[in-house]
Amino acid sequence: MIGIVDYGLGNVKAFANIYHKANMRFVIARGPADLRDVDRVILPGVGAFDQAMGRLTASGMRAPLEELVLGKRAPVIGVCVGLQILMRSSEEGTSPGLGWIDGDVVRFQRPADDAQLRIPHMGWNDVDARNGSALFAGVGADAHFYFLHSYYVRCEREEDVLATTNYSRNFACAVQRGNIFGVQFHPEKSHQFGVRLLKNFGEL
Amino acid sequence: MLRPRVIPCLLVKDKGLVKTVGFKDPKYVGDPINAVRIFNEKEVDELMVVEIDATSNGREPDYALIENLASECRMPLCYGGGIRTAAQVERIIALGVEKVALSSALFENPDVVREAGSQVGGQSIVAVLDVRKTKSGYEVFTHNGSKPTGQDPVAMVRKLEQMGAGEIVLNSIDKDGHMKGYDLDLIAQVRAATGLPFTCLGGAGSLEHMSQLVERYGAIGVAAGSLFVFKGVFRAVLINYPNKPAKESIFKAGRAGTGG
Repeated sequence: MIGIVDYGLGNVKAFANIYHKANMRFVIARGPADLRDVDRVILPGVGAFDQAMGRLTASGMRAPLEELVLGKRAPVIGVCVGLQILMRSSEEGTSPGLGWIDGDVVRFQRPADDAQLRIPHMGWNDVDARNGSALFAGVGADAHFYFLHSYYVRCEREEDVLATTNYSRNFACAVQRGNIFGVQFHPEKSHQFGVRLLKNFGEL
Repeated sequence: MLRPRVIPCLLVKDKGLVKTVGFKDPKYVGDPINAVRIFNEKEVDELMVVEIDATSNGREPDYALIENLASECRMPLCYGGGIRTAAQVERIIALGVEKVALSSALFENPDVVREAGSQVGGQSIVAVLDVRKTKSGYEVFTHNGSKPTGQDPVAMVRKLEQMGAGEIVLNSIDKDGHMKGYDLDLIAQVRAATGLPFTCLGGAGSLEHMSQLVERYGAIGVAAGSLFVFKGVFRAVLINYPNKPAKESIFKAGRAGTGG
């Protein structure tokens, strides 16, 4: 069963609606007890880095999630700031991240040759996914997703980068290390492209 | 490449959907949840909903309505109206809204931008500037256009970017509901003063009006009210939105891709 982690950040109901329509079993997890039958995890996120780490810790779900993801190797996907907290640290805050993926989170900088670059990166943009990725299966080369962020992740290992997006520079918009996934965009708000990706995750 | 955003802006008053002209004469045009369902089917880029009587009536935001809207919306939602504190912003984001729009609070409690930003992230804090042309130039108004702030929109957007806002929505009170086109001079002045994502509202009466902006500015936000709720010269109520080819034709005009 898919566990949608509700730690007070992000649109839990939007994920629930998508899985409800797709007839896939899910639970909205508000505490450790709700994770009992969960075999894959969604970490949603609309928020600041420290706020996200603080909320996750306060929810009491951090230890059972680590057991699920690092112990039992259950698939997990972090979304937006839910992706960013998978890394070790962020320029946005001082809290350490979960550190499940090696790398950090940095702020977009306006390059000297692109004074027009608007920050945050906001809106629908293309996603260039690595061939053969199960997460992006059937999503299509013309797919675009909704982004809303001022910070992006930098993976230490090139092999952990699952997809890139260009916004003045190429950045990792999706990552994967084994059973651990993350996307910078909001699949729950990206129409049929996002629905496809979330179904794929449910079927991994 | 980053695309321009074509955004319906819905106004709510007494729990019903309305549309104004020059911020006056709200006409009832339907039920907000029903409109969201139609916009879902049309796969809109983003949706903005503003409760226009919350601040004027000194009311809290309608959390029940926000929760219903957020769980119904399959596209990103920006919500505004009656928001004064960081605690309110946090509560609304937790209900599943992606962005929160502030207007009068920017003047009455400017610290709210930084405070709320540190909790929900600056990317989700939208500053809405309702602007009217006065004898001495452009001026920002609040409380549904009834209260002058004495602030020049150009100076204000500079300040807002430093305060950590994530987006500017520039709304022309004079052009609102007239469907004769955006205030291009106002947009040119204010947009040049900020590096934040930028969305224009007020005056759009056709997709050509949107193309004009996209042609000039690339991936800008082009928002409209009347255009997406009325059809024809008699302003019959009909929720509508350009289909994919029609929208592509707006986009074809401009291909900058560095954000609007």
